[in-house]
Amino acid sequence: MDCEEKLMEIYLHIPFCVRKCLYCDFLSGPADKKTQEAYLGALLGELSGRSGEYAGRKVCSVFIGGGTPSAVDAVWIRRLMEAVRAFYALQEGAEVTLEVNPGTVTGESLALYAGAGINRLSIGLQSAWDSELALLGRIHDRARFEETYRLAREAGFSNINVDLMSALPGQSPESWRGTLRYVTGLTPPPEHISAYSLILEEGTPFYEMYRRGELEPADEDTDREMYEFTGAYLEAQGYRRYEISNYAREGFCCRHNVGYWIRRDYAGFGIGAASLISNVRFSNGRDLEAYCRDPLGVREQVQRLSQKDQREEFMFLGLRLTEGVSERCFAAQFGRELEAVYGDVIEKFVGEGLLEWSGEEPPGGGGRFLRLTARGLDLSNYVMAGFLR
Amino acid sequence: MPSIDQSRIRNFCIIAHIDHGKSTLADRIIEQTGLLTSREMQAQVLDNMDLERERGITIKAQAVRTVYRARDGQEYIFNLIDTPGHVDFNYEVSRSLAACDGAILVVDAAQGIEAQTLANVYLALEHDLEVFPVINKIDLPSAQPQRVIEEIEDVIGLEAQDAPLISAKNGINIDQVLECIVKKIPAPSGSPDNPLQALIFDSLYDSYKGVIVFCRIMEGTVRKGTQIRMMATGAKAEVVEVGYFGAGQFIPCQELSAGMVGYLTASIKNVKDTAVGDTVTDDRRPCEKPLPGYKKVNSMVFCGMYPADGAKYPDLRDALEKLQLNDASLRYEPETSVALGFGFRCGFLGLLHLEIIQERLEREYGLDLVTTAPGVIYKVHRTSGEVMDLTNPSNLPDPTEIACMEEPIVSAQIMVTSEFIGPIMELCQERRGRYLGMEYIEENRALLRYELPLNEIIYDFFDALKSRSRGYASFDYDLKGYEESRLVKLDILINHEEVDALSFIVHADSAYDRGRRMCEKLKDEIPRHLFEIPIQAAVNGKIIARETVKAMRKDVLAKCYGGDITRKKKLLEKQKEGKKRMRQIGSVEVPQKAFMSVLKLDDRK
Repeated sequence: MDCEEKLMEIYLHIPFCVRKCLYCDFLSGPADKKTQEAYLGALLGELSGRSGEYAGRKVCSVFIGGGTPSAVDAVWIRRLMEAVRAFYALQEGAEVTLEVNPGTVTGESLALYAGAGINRLSIGLQSAWDSELALLGRIHDRARFEETYRLAREAGFSNINVDLMSALPGQSPESWRGTLRYVTGLTPPPEHISAYSLILEEGTPFYEMYRRGELEPADEDTDREMYEFTGAYLEAQGYRRYEISNYAREGFCCRHNVGYWIRRDYAGFGIGAASLISNVRFSNGRDLEAYCRDPLGVREQVQRLSQKDQREEFMFLGLRLTEGVSERCFAAQFGRELEAVYGDVIEKFVGEGLLEWSGEEPPGGGGRFLRLTARGLDLSNYVMAGFLR
Repeated sequence: MPSIDQSRIRNFCIIAHIDHGKSTLADRIIEQTGLLTSREMQAQVLDNMDLERERGITIKAQAVRTVYRARDGQEYIFNLIDTPGHVDFNYEVSRSLAACDGAILVVDAAQGIEAQTLANVYLALEHDLEVFPVINKIDLPSAQPQRVIEEIEDVIGLEAQDAPLISAKNGINIDQVLECIVKKIPAPSGSPDNPLQALIFDSLYDSYKGVIVFCRIMEGTVRKGTQIRMMATGAKAEVVEVGYFGAGQFIPCQELSAGMVGYLTASIKNVKDTAVGDTVTDDRRPCEKPLPGYKKVNSMVFCGMYPADGAKYPDLRDALEKLQLNDASLRYEPETSVALGFGFRCGFLGLLHLEIIQERLEREYGLDLVTTAPGVIYKVHRTSGEVMDLTNPSNLPDPTEIACMEEPIVSAQIMVTSEFIGPIMELCQERRGRYLGMEYIEENRALLRYELPLNEIIYDFFDALKSRSRGYASFDYDLKGYEESRLVKLDILINHEEVDALSFIVHADSAYDRGRRMCEKLKDEIPRHLFEIPIQAAVNGKIIARETVKAMRKDVLAKCYGGDITRKKKLLEKQKEGKKRMRQIGSVEVPQKAFMSVLKLDDRK
């Protein structure tokens, strides 16, 4: 992990999808073509309107997320990328990811994405079983995914992530193992896998069903069993767990996401999109109409981070990476030794077997890293909360 | 002020069961005697503490003086003395009654006579008060005034045929009540020239004037400069000011003489010196003997009160000190708990009193409190022959040093409609009640008499009574005395460590059941830790129940995107905040509310 500056990432939010999934609490939903175009026009407006603010910064990654960005006309993806290139200094070899969902792409649209400079796809599979996909309210089945995946490879995409979800209501550990085996058995297998446990978020239909007693969440032991299997199985299949829920083949970590954990600056565009620029966090408002009227006038929740905030973030975000946080980077950023600030907390968690030191002191190595142990990864919230004062 | 003709003074109070409309009638009387315009009337003038207004009950006795021009063309001075309505404050009620010459009995036209009505009427009759009934809430659809009139005549034996039928809420027939006060309540007696003899029925601490003593002058006269002496406490002082009670204000006057109700101040610093029921006399020309009925008030219910944040201990001490200035019945002494740190063992008249103090500490003084289970005073007879009063279970001597233990017993009257007699008897049985008898008040209403251990009724008995009678049962009790009982100390062990703040005294036969339910409750209250936590209940070192809090195995927020970081931090902060409301016991963090969970064990609620 390095302590880079002047680099930034760009996130573009496309809040549209074909149909909202039952567990989804993201800012997204179906919309007609007119609304979509009004919004995408505004998004182009925001990209161009803010370019002055970020002059002099190099953009090392772009992530187009949603919603389902592939649900809008592919031409718009090309236009957005053209705007990014026109107004920002996109680095040579930057990672450019597009989220797509099975059933919303064709060979033609994929070719367009590739032509627009998209070099990484993130495909929402969630489960390899049609019954589970139906339960989640997904629009696709396994066959649709297979088709999407094949087309993506044919279009030349060589960096693909597949999203999976465990701890589904009624899901057995065996069915979860089946999903993992299916995904790793794809030819060629995906370079990157995100595996999350389902979280019942307030405000989603799932949550309501759960409250009415119509939905039985996975019990703790089952959830735990799946979670443990995931780590062990994917490691055996040649994936390295580099973050709490993310696994990648050598060289294929998602640079964009890692940027969030090492607190690289990022600018979010579109409704609800969050940014971190020079230790100020802010986001755009969530009102679509207001955004379309004035995409530059909806910035809110501006929060200037104090030194203490920054240190706390450094810890609880950095610890999400299995590599951990660098003692050297901490000292370089804050002018204080890590152990001088958090010695007591570190000692406690090391004593409890939840944190450990790794790496070698210079000149032999690149300095020490403080990281979660295997048990610490399981109890990461407990550990991270300890770093808040 | 010109001297007042004693024959035109009426000193009276209003007695009623809770919710039968006592405070509302008081408001109407004040309003219609013209002392205040309707606009000046704040609803329920007499209840001037916020808490009283919110709870709709009267905590401290208050008084007000109004002037009424009667139909005979004469002006009368009314001194209305408001009495607390709750059994916890029985002694204060009796002293307020002693300051009166008569009482208005308010009975709800729909509900009829209740347990408290009876208790209060008997108390008033004991004090030789002239009591006349009024039937309130006659405008309710369910009102049955005739039935209630008959009930009053049959049960209490008061003439009620000509009782005013009123609605205090809507101001119906209040004029009849005012005329009845003039006609039925006798004028006070006593001579202004006799040695001073005045009854203290309440007092209030004021930071400018010192203690303001509320009193009824029985004999003699008091004025500025009188050297007074409290006959029971022996405190002496020189009177600085005398006066009477306006609505919500004190109005100074020249003197108070026999038959009058008013206040005096004498730069007294502590309400302890002016005990309710004490007699004030002229130190230079004392009366022969004090007025009868004075009693030192004893706390009946005890609990430990601890600041949630240990650093707030001095704040809690200051707050208790201030509250005690105004409340002589509040007792407290410092104690230390292994689990909770420094705090106070506090004594109260009853559970309501406890709750009121707790709320005032939290609200008026902004303190966050941890309260341990309330208990009573047990008498422990040691084998050495010594008898100790036990207010804190942790101080119980070793069982081998105990010859026997006694617990306080109350005699209780429960009024209930016949359909609920079964469930209520069952409840009393469960609470180790001894059945004394039952009388039918009317065809479908009975008065049950029980003796009950006080420790069985102090926390949730009243709630249980209400829930098992759909709110119809009413209840009153007084302390009867102490009886020997098979009592044990139930200890709770968390991760093999005894938690002193969770110990309580319980009857041997209920120990197993209470212990089991305590463990279940604590299992739900204590969050998971990195290790497994056994929760055990023990009597005399023997484990009688056990539950286990499983170890925490997974606490991960798997999904987290860039936009979620602020939210993620909030979640972590919440988790952290939760920890602050925890008490560290050994290596286990116990939420503060767990200490109160012992109170809520009646699962039939």
